[in-house]
Amino acid sequence: MTAIANVLRQLLLWTLIGASLALWVFAPAPLLLGCAALIALWMAATRTGRQAAAVAWVAILTLPQRLGASSVIVIGIAGVVGVLTALLALGGGLAATLRGTGNEDTAIVLRGGASAELDSGVSREDASLILQAPGIGRDADGRALGSAEVVVVTNVRKKATGTDANVEIRGVGPQMWAVRPNVQIIEGRAFKPGLRELIVGRGARAQFAGLEPGATIELNSQQWQVVGVFQSGDAHESELEGDAETVASTYRRNGFQSVTVRLAAPRSFDTFKAALKSDPRLKVDARTTRDYYGAQSEQLSKVIRIVGLVIAAIMGVGAVFGALNTMYAAVTARAREVATLRAIGFGPVPVLVSVVLEAMLLALLGGALGAAIAWLLFHDYAVSTLGANFSQVVFRFDVSPALIGTGVRWALAIGLIGGLAPALRAARLPVTAALRES
Amino acid sequence: MKYLQLVWAALARRKTRTVLTILSVLVAFLLFGLLDGVRAAFNAGGTLAGVDRMVVSSRFSIIQPLPESLVARVRATPGVRRTTWANWFGGYYREPKNQLIIFAVAPGYFDVYPDYGVGKPMLEAFERTRTGVLVGASLAKRFGWKVGDKLPVMGSIFPNKATGETTWQFDIVGIYTAPSAKSRALEQQVLLHWKYFDEANAYGSGDVGWIIVQVADPQRSAEVAQAIDALSANSDHETKTQTEQEFNLSFAKQVGDIGLIVTAIIGAVFFTLMLLTGNTMAQAVRERIPELATLKTLGFTDRGVLGLVFLESVLLIVTGGTLGLVLASILTPIVSAASGGMLELPPIGLASWLTGFALMVAVGAIVGVLPALRAKRLRIVDALAGR
Repeated sequence: MTAIANVLRQLLLWTLIGASLALWVFAPAPLLLGCAALIALWMAATRTGRQAAAVAWVAILTLPQRLGASSVIVIGIAGVVGVLTALLALGGGLAATLRGTGNEDTAIVLRGGASAELDSGVSREDASLILQAPGIGRDADGRALGSAEVVVVTNVRKKATGTDANVEIRGVGPQMWAVRPNVQIIEGRAFKPGLRELIVGRGARAQFAGLEPGATIELNSQQWQVVGVFQSGDAHESELEGDAETVASTYRRNGFQSVTVRLAAPRSFDTFKAALKSDPRLKVDARTTRDYYGAQSEQLSKVIRIVGLVIAAIMGVGAVFGALNTMYAAVTARAREVATLRAIGFGPVPVLVSVVLEAMLLALLGGALGAAIAWLLFHDYAVSTLGANFSQVVFRFDVSPALIGTGVRWALAIGLIGGLAPALRAARLPVTAALRES
Repeated sequence: MKYLQLVWAALARRKTRTVLTILSVLVAFLLFGLLDGVRAAFNAGGTLAGVDRMVVSSRFSIIQPLPESLVARVRATPGVRRTTWANWFGGYYREPKNQLIIFAVAPGYFDVYPDYGVGKPMLEAFERTRTGVLVGASLAKRFGWKVGDKLPVMGSIFPNKATGETTWQFDIVGIYTAPSAKSRALEQQVLLHWKYFDEANAYGSGDVGWIIVQVADPQRSAEVAQAIDALSANSDHETKTQTEQEFNLSFAKQVGDIGLIVTAIIGAVFFTLMLLTGNTMAQAVRERIPELATLKTLGFTDRGVLGLVFLESVLLIVTGGTLGLVLASILTPIVSAASGGMLELPPIGLASWLTGFALMVAVGAIVGVLPALRAKRLRIVDALAGR
């Protein structure tokens, strides 16, 4: 009978753990706060609750005596949460930069089937047909707000690694400033059409060597001068921009990679797309830039996200073992004290709750520490990777409050699992035997 | 060795603690095993880099083609044994998310790259079919391709001259299996005839993406590289010749400093691990002070007791660590297989095992040193009296 009861108890325990984990990972924050409030209420209002609070308080007060052992939980969990937060902030920062590059007001046209600008080609004739399509915004003189662009890649030395990296050169049309009003010169001046002049994005200038204003770089055996720095707050900051015709002639190209247009209104996208589709002379795909850059961010950041979660999960398992070890030791060390409490009338539940609370408190400390370290070390730190256009995308780590929340949830989950089994042992401690033990 | 039993007895004293500690060591080394291969692969420029191969590409950018006429001049350079060349083709199968790695390869490509495991019969079949392609076994398995299937590829950079579309139709004439686990990543590729590509694409002919050179003597590759680059100096297609390792490495570095990220993660893991096991060992020694004093009473020297505790710590870590690395080497191929070739984790090599063992001993030593010293300095009288 006892064997069956034991098995059932174990089963119940692990179901409970599974359920609470699911709750932790998926529950919205208000629900969790609600749970915490309920527990607090229980502690204040009921007799068992007050007992639990008292025992937990004693446990917390005696923590300094177990400083070494307790720091194992704190630092172990800080490690997990730090790595998790940093890796997710890497993926999140990349996704945010790419998603921020697109919007509903502009559309990008690529050759049919192309998934990135570098795979695409749009002939001169096609470009002028596209710019005549309905749905495109027009300036005061009636010219279409569209920029037919040449995209090429050139080798520039990356400061961090000292090796060559692919940097995107974007040749833009005269209407680019109206198509992307967020592109602003913050140093130097704009390039002059017809001259071999480039402006460099803020991110590219910081990541790559030799792109200061006034510097000369070699594009396909020709000398080009960097004349200014621009900011746009999005992925274009990873590029160098110049006049489309001049870039095309340097690379002996006769045609473009893409056409980006500013729509008359977001809802005119359907008109624009339908017009291109119905024109038998054109074999192109139009997408809103939100759609285009969103798809890119999905591919890239998904990989980082999965890798981050897997590594953190493995580390988390290790931290659970560490927490179990510490809490078992804590329970053993306090065996007499717990037995005394039981002898003078405290129930098993307050003992159980106090051990779990202690573990979770330490876990919370660890989680906060880990998130803080990740924030201090990495927040806003700029890095770059190879993006969809086979060229570098510069972005920043984004240790957002939401990510810190995720980290703290993980910490509490680890604390809960690590505390539960030792708590059960403490609650079931045979009182007489424990009192006798020295 | 005769004290091993004593050490085991000490470890078995608190089984829960020992098991939990071994498990956390196991997890740490599991992670080490999985990540160190990745780090090594990235830092070494891929597992495949041949020592006698060099890559000649445009100095300005990998997307700039070289003229075909350059190949003959490269081949004539002293010290060059064989040359071949390739072009990036690209494209996807059915949906844009199924991006394929497609190269157009010149005759002699498989002489320079025996790593593909393309045998003579397969090569002959390939040469007989103009629109034929060879595909890697993992890729074929992922999409269920068989020899004789038509392979439609969409979204290539290159439009087909005949149709003006970027959709191409190929015939699968062979499925190759990489002969060694190291070159398994090659099974993700699709290879077509450069000659067919050159004639059929609308962007003009005679373009070569990059030239691969096999040198007669790898010791002299720097000289050969210089001589090759001199061929095109001051022309409009200046080249940069690198060893294959450098070439691959520069790509890996473009993705990001993976080595640094992995090292940082492993560092965090081991820092935590040391703290955890260090605490366990300190606890274990604290609890056993009377027992250690008894040992000394029985005639164990100070140094003997120090050795016992030290050995216990190292044994604890080595047990957990070995289990972790074994688990990692079991998991690596399973993960690679389960991902259908999406994720190729490199197998755990000798270098990883050696680094792993060195780490185990080092961690064990660092963790053991303080408790061992404490055990050594015990004064029998005080310890037995519980002071």
